[in-house]
This record gives sequence, C-alpha cells and structure tokens, in this order.
Amino acid sequence: MFEHIRSFASHFFVTGEPMIYASDVAIVLFLVGIIFTLTYLKKWKWLWREWITTVDHKKIGIMYLISALLMMFRGGVDALLMRTQLALPNQTFLDAEHYNQIFTTHGTIMILFMAMPFLFALFNIAVPLQLGARDVAFPFLNSVSFWLFFFGALLFNLSFVIGGSPDAGWTSYPPLTELGFDKGPGENFYLLGIQISGIGSMATGINFLVTILKMRAPGMTLMRLPLFCWSVVASCIIIIFAFPALTVALALLLIDRVADAHFFTMLHGGNPMMFINLFWIWGHPEVYIVVLPAYGIYSEVVSTFSGKKIFGYKTMVISLMIISVVSYFVWAHHYFTMGASAGVNSFFAVASMLIGIPTGVKVFNWLFTMFRGRIQLKLPMLWTLAFIPCFAMGGATGIMLAVAPADYQYHNSYFLIAHFHQTLIGGVAFGLLAGMYYWWPKMFGFSLNERLGRWAFWFFNIGFYVCFMPQYFLGFMGMTRRVYTYSGDTGWTSFNFISSIGAYLMGIGFLFIVVQVLYSIKYGERDLTGDPWNGRTLEWAIASPAPHYNFAHIPEVTERDAWWDMKARGESLIKVNQRMAFKPIHMPKNSGLPFIMAVFFFISGFGFVFNWYWMAALGLLGVGICMIVRSNNRDSEYYIPAEDVEKTEAALGRV
Amino acid sequence: MKSLWQKGFILLILCLIFLTGCSEKYPVLHPVGPVGEKERNLIILSAVLMAIVIIPVIALLAFIVYRYRDKPNNRAPYKPNWDDSKILEFVWWGIPIIIIAVLSIYTVRDTFALTKPPANTGEPISIQVTSLDWKWVFFYPDEGVATVNYIDIPAGRPVQFELTSDAPMNSFWIPALGGQEYTMPGMAMRLWLQANKVGTYTGKGANFTGKEFSKMSFAVHVKKETDFDQWVKALKNQSPQLTEAGYKQLKKPGVVGKKSFSSYPKDIFHDTVMKNGGKYMNNDWMMKDHSQEMKGK
Ligand code: HEM
Ligand SMILES: [Cu+2]
Repeated sequence: MFEHIRSFASHFFVTGEPMIYASDVAIVLFLVGIIFTLTYLKKWKWLWREWITTVDHKKIGIMYLISALLMMFRGGVDALLMRTQLALPNQTFLDAEHYNQIFTTHGTIMILFMAMPFLFALFNIAVPLQLGARDVAFPFLNSVSFWLFFFGALLFNLSFVIGGSPDAGWTSYPPLTELGFDKGPGENFYLLGIQISGIGSMATGINFLVTILKMRAPGMTLMRLPLFCWSVVASCIIIIFAFPALTVALALLLIDRVADAHFFTMLHGGNPMMFINLFWIWGHPEVYIVVLPAYGIYSEVVSTFSGKKIFGYKTMVISLMIISVVSYFVWAHHYFTMGASAGVNSFFAVASMLIGIPTGVKVFNWLFTMFRGRIQLKLPMLWTLAFIPCFAMGGATGIMLAVAPADYQYHNSYFLIAHFHQTLIGGVAFGLLAGMYYWWPKMFGFSLNERLGRWAFWFFNIGFYVCFMPQYFLGFMGMTRRVYTYSGDTGWTSFNFISSIGAYLMGIGFLFIVVQVLYSIKYGERDLTGDPWNGRTLEWAIASPAPHYNFAHIPEVTERDAWWDMKARGESLIKVNQRMAFKPIHMPKNSGLPFIMAVFFFISGFGFVFNWYWMAALGLLGVGICMIVRSNNRDSEYYIPAEDVEKTEAALGRV
Repeated sequence: MKSLWQKGFILLILCLIFLTGCSEKYPVLHPVGPVGEKERNLIILSAVLMAIVIIPVIALLAFIVYRYRDKPNNRAPYKPNWDDSKILEFVWWGIPIIIIAVLSIYTVRDTFALTKPPANTGEPISIQVTSLDWKWVFFYPDEGVATVNYIDIPAGRPVQFELTSDAPMNSFWIPALGGQEYTMPGMAMRLWLQANKVGTYTGKGANFTGKEFSKMSFAVHVKKETDFDQWVKALKNQSPQLTEAGYKQLKKPGVVGKKSFSSYPKDIFHDTVMKNGGKYMNNDWMMKDHSQEMKGK
C-alpha cells in the first residue's frame, strides 16, 4: 500500500530537482503566509464579499492587473533562466528537458496569461468610465471571464509542481504533441489551461463589444468615442472571430490525446497541417488582439500629454478597422516553408505587407499629434515615446519577414525571435505599462513615483536593445530558435552573451517597478482632483478611485474629447451634482457563482489532464448546475438609494 | 531626448560589429549559391526600403519631442485644436503604399522563381533527406550511397532535395546555400539549392522536435566534381551497407555521429513516406521521379 502511494506520488509530483523542491517550499510558505495573514486579520469575509464575488468592473480590473503582474514575474524568471543557459556555449545550467519546458511556459504565459489579462485589466478599468457607463453590459459574465482566466492560469502553472510542464513550445505543433511522441500530462495542462481561460477571453470579447455599442453616454456617437474604446472594438471583433479557431484546434488535439483519435496524426487520415492552420488562424489575429488596444492607449496618452487633439481621428479609426480585417488574411506567413505553392505564398506575403500601411499611417498620426503640442515627459508619455522607434523597427522587420523568399532564411531563426519580441515588448508591453501608469491614479487614488519609474524605464529600455538587437545578427548567423545549447565554434558566443546582459538589465527594470509600486503605496501622491493629468476623456471627470456606481449622473456628451470640452465650457460633474437631484441607481448584485463555476471548470480540467474521467465529468456536472442555478436566479439586481449616492458624493467633496 | 541618442549609439556599435564581421560568420548575408543570393538580395532590398521609412520617422520623433517639449520659455507654436491636414495624410498614406508596392513586385517575382532550379547551371543531382529523432539521414538515389549527419555535394550543380520526416516534423536549413523547407511525415517536399564555392558549411534542423533537437546540425561539404566522384567511389568501396534493421536502429531516438553507407534498401525513402501517411495523400506528383523531367529541360 505504502509502496503504491509512493510510486503514484513520484509520478504525480515533479521530483528530482533541487530548484523544483526549492520552489515547492516557496510556494507552500507563500500560501501558508497568505492564509495566516488573512485569518489573523480576519479578512476572509472581506475577501469573499469585496473581491471574489464582485461584479464591479473596477475591482475585476484590479484583480486582472495583479494576476498579470504575477504572471509577468513568472514569465520573466523563465526568460532569465533561458538567457542564463544561453549566455555561454555548452552550459549545463539547464538540461534539455528543463529548457524545453521553460521556453514553452515562457511563451504561453507571456501571451495568454500576461498580455491578455493585462489588457483585460485596462479594458475593465477604463472602458466603462470612458463611455460614461456604470458597468459593462454583462457584469456577471465579466466575473465569469475573470475567474475562468484565473483558474485556467492556475491549472497551467500547476504543471510546474504536479505532473510536469508542457515542453513542445507555445505553438504546440503536432505530431510532436501527439501521444506517439509526448505521453506526459504536461501537454494536457497546456491544452486545458488555455482552453478554460480561452472561454473567458471569448466572453470578454463579446462583453466589451456590446458594452461599447450599447452603453455609451447620451450624445457619445461612435465618432465621438475615445480612441482607446475604438481599439477595444477592433480587438474584440478579432477575439470573437479568432478564438473559436483556437478552441477547435485545442479541443481536437485534446481528443487526439485523451481518446486516441487521429485528427492531427499523419496516420489514419489525420493531418497535422490542419492544426497548424487553425492555430495560426487564431495566432496571427491574436497578436493584433494584443497590440491594437496598445495602439489605443498610445493614442490617449499622446493626446493627453501633448495637450492637443489626436491628429486625424477618422484615419485612426479607419486604420484600426482595416487592420482588424486584414489581420485575418495573413496567417499562412507563419509557414511559408511548409510546402505551400508559390501562388499561396505570394498572396499571404503581399497581404502581410499590406498591414504595414495602416500601421505606418498611425505612427505618422501620433507624431503629428505631438507636433505643435506641448509635450510633458511623464511616465506614460515616456513609454509611448519609447514605443515609436521600437515598434517602427519591429514592424519593419515584420515586413522583411513577410517577404516570403527572404523568410525562408529567417524562419525559425533568432531573427524571428527578435522581431516578435520587438513588436510584443516594444508594442504591447510598453503600451501596457503606459496604460498602467496612466490609469493607476484612477484605480487606486494615488500616482506612482516618477523617479523610481524613470529608473525602471531606462533599465528596461536600454536592456531591451542590448538584449534583442544582437538577436537579429544571431539570426543572420544561422542560430535557430529553441536550442538549449550551442557549441563555441558556431561563433554565436559574444552576441548571446551581450543578449543575456540585456535580459538582466530588463529584469532590474522590472524590480524597479515592483519597488516603485511598494514605495508609492506608502508615499505616493494622493489624487484628490480625479484629474491628475489634465485629461480629456470622461474617466477623469469623476473622483479617483471612482465610486462604486461611477457616475452619480450620467454625463451628456457634446464633443469628441468629452471631459476636455466640458472643462473648456466651465462645466463639471460637480456642477451637475449641484444642479440636479440624485436618483436611485440600478446596479448588479455580487455573486459567488462565477467563482464556484470556475472552480468546477478547474476540477474538470484537472480530471482531463490525468485522464480521470470521473473527475472530469464531476467538474462538468458542477458547471452545468451552476448555469442552471444562474438561469433561475431572478434576484440579481438592486438599487442604491438616492440618499446613499448623495452621501458618497458628499464624502468625496463633489456636491 | 537622451533615450534616442543612446539607442542610436547602441545601434551604431552593432552595425560596426556587423559590417566588420567576417563573412563566414553571417552565412545568410554571404551565401555561396544562387538561391541564397536571390534571398540575400531581397533581404537587402527590403532592409533599404524599410530604412527609408524608419530613419525619417525616428529623426522626426527626435525633432518633434525636442521642439515641442513643455518648457516655460518654449516659443514654438502651440495649436491644441489643430488635428487635420488632408495633404499630410495623403503623403503618409502614399509613401507606405509605394514602398509596399515595390517590395511586393520583387517578392512575388522571386517567390515564383525559387520554385524552379537555378538557371544556366550544371546537371542537377538529387538527394533524399529524412529527419529522424535527432539525426539526419541522406540517400543519394543516383549514386546509391547514404550518409548520416553530413552530405557531400558537387560545386556548381543544382541539388534537388526531397524532404520527409520519420519523426516529428523538422525543417531542413543550410543558411549558406539558401532558405529552409520543412520535413513532414507522409510528405515528400522539394527544395532546390546550389553551392558554387568549395568549402564546409553547416546545416541545421530548424523546427523544434523535442529533447535533443539542439544537436541536429549536419555538415555540408561542397567539393569539386572530381572530388565528389572520388568520395562516392570511396563510400561504395569502404562503407558498410545500410540494412532495414540498420535503419530501424537509426530511427530510435538518440544522438549519433556521422556515418556513411555504401548502399541502402532501394525504396526506403518512398516506403517511409508511404507508411507515415503518404498513402492518404494524393502523392503521385510528389513521388514521381523528377530527375528525368529535369534532365529533359
Ligand atoms: C507590419 C506588421 C507585421 C508583419 C508584416 C509581421 C510579419 C510576421 C511574419 C511574416 C512572421 C512569421 C515569420 C516566421 O515564422 O518565419 C511573424 C511572426 C511573428 N510576429 Fe509579426 N508581423 C507584424 C507585426 C507583428 C506584431 C504587431 C506582433 C505582436 C504584437 C507580431 C508578433 C509576431 C509573433 C509573436 C510572431 C512569431 C510567432 C512564433 O512563431 O512563435 N508581429 N510576423
Ligand atoms: Cu503573424
């Protein structure tokens, strides 16, 4: 009996590595610490009532943000481990198996569990406020989305200590990921973790599209919509059309793996190319799902910190829409070298290059928004200014990659790695950070320290170029991606060494951000006006942090930059409060169901990972029951009495 | 605006390293055959076209941020409501359109060109390539010999590689000769390459295939025609045969060194493709003996 348990445990838990044991200890200590603190401070109820069951978009946004920053930390540690291994030739710091796991978890986490939730954090925090709305269209669903993401990410990360991490790359191509080559549960963790959080992403896409189309304040026509909201529209449209492809790809591969089917095997009539097609039909649009909202953030920031209207608003909207459509017709550029005919390759090459046109136009519009403005180099603006050259180069190398015959030489090389890090870091991550700094006072009521933020900025930026510029040259030297080691006679050593130094500089930059946040929690400058940047859009018209119901009176919009326009007219929401009587406000009720449902999803996913079907079925049953309970719940809304609204506004000094 | 200067400086240094680097270090930029040269030319063309946009953008950014920074005594004009100029927008829709149009023309031209063997050169030879976990096996159908983890080819003759995999899919890449093509189980894909300069180059497996993927490089010896014939003769006389059993042994996952064989089971490449799913594909065109067709042209 004991033997039995021991042999089970040694397969179930990941064993045999001091590093893993150390992390096990750290994880357990961390959990015990959290549980102890919550119990000691009697905060359990508070946690449940105020956070876990909340349907308030602002709190959900904050939970997304915290999760995303934690995932950025994990993904960043993965990156530093890889760069340490590659700094010099023939190192044994990591062995092949660990390296392969780490590059897989790094890629998957950074895109799906860092960039996506970070964006959703900003969607949640900013979109309803910019619209002059009191919540999103489907607040309950919003909470479901968050908890599905959370438990999907948890399931994925669990593979680190239980069962073993996936190790076939974030692209997870069969046949390598089929049973014949990859028995372990790691790949199942990948499939289920992404699948579960993917359902949440789909729901978020629908939720925000409907919110923007239906919940705008009176007078806010589509052509008066803030550009961030437009970019969210574009991104949500892509989510809605692209995620089903991923869902299908992952589901079929899972069926291959748990039920021994043959969708993507070569034998018995399957075809791995079908997975690769489906994956990139989602995968390419996915990069635009994450970068378009970043464009939106840059648009807001450039205009605010230049004290000037955005240049060419209509062009900005049109180019966003063009990109969201064209990004759908370029996916095959990820495999020019898989035997497609010259005609097919030409089509996808030209389509890919076309995306460069609206992107280039946007860059010029940002530049000319600053032209004849007054540029304030605050943190959000600094990241935006750093974005422009970095992304211009990343886009340029993207176009170079889109030249199909040239791509035969770049594909799978470090040139490609450098390209997509330049677009994803210089485009997406810089935008996320700009957005975080920009909306931080609105979220928490205080600003982040500028000086520490500048240190972070410089370390991260210089680190970025030191890390990734050499990788373009490594590509020309023929260094392929995903190698865990190389020999000294390849001549790759010096560039790799430089690149690793850059990675460490970026790591230091991240630490500065952590310090900055901790320092500012204690000493940060409080934002009493609600409008610390002299903003232009409606989120700056209310107090920081926004009260539960956002707007005591829904504002009337008459111009594009609604709040700027109000200020110009000497109008303010405080004056509206003084003029008009308060009314009761209709709000959604909190609910524990989204959390419980996501737990059942998690249980089911865990069951599938280990082929424990009873557990998988149990989980799905729980999900079904939650849905039925919700469908029969007629008591999901309530009114905040007018006196309470008045009291809250008075306490904020806004009557 | 310190940021831009610093970035520019780093770039400059990198460029210097890059320009002074010896040619063997950058096989992609210093290819030794017509295929790689075509690709290199496109790389240069696209880089130059991109630079035409990028450099002015960065310069403009530096200028604008400097001139319009928010300093009390800054006398540059401030027009908070100026947000539209048809002429300017016309210009920056126009520039990228022209550049992309030019690049597209060359891209399409060369995409089609590269599906054919390099023109005006010697008689083509054919090599069948199978990627295994984690090694490469090469069959020479005309010469009847086989090798593992290295190939010899004659300089100045186009080589038609036929590619398949008897393991997860990989990608066959010899940067000094030209771009890559995937090896996929159940398919036989073709890639034309040619080397004009005698020497030893490195080839790689470029697509991840699991544990020891990093060890999947192979040597490419480009030889004079007579040396190549010599080499074939030597293989035929001195090397062991590759048997069915020997191939099975090779197929087991693991890393091996270089090997040579005087002969191999005649239809092994075809059989591998078929048994891995080729029988489900409309593979007739793939499996046809293309060397005949080429010799005719
Ligand atoms: C002008 C715009 C762009 C063009 C023409 C372009 C083109 C390409 C091409 C052709 C590839 C495939 C290269 C190969 O596998 O050989 C590629 C890869 C990639 N690109 Fe871009 N790109 C552009 C912008 C972006 C942006 C904005 C992002 C992200 C925000 C991005 C992220 C990626 C990623 C993640 C990959 C690699 C995925 C992988 O293989 O793991 N690209 N790009
Ligand atoms: Cu793409």
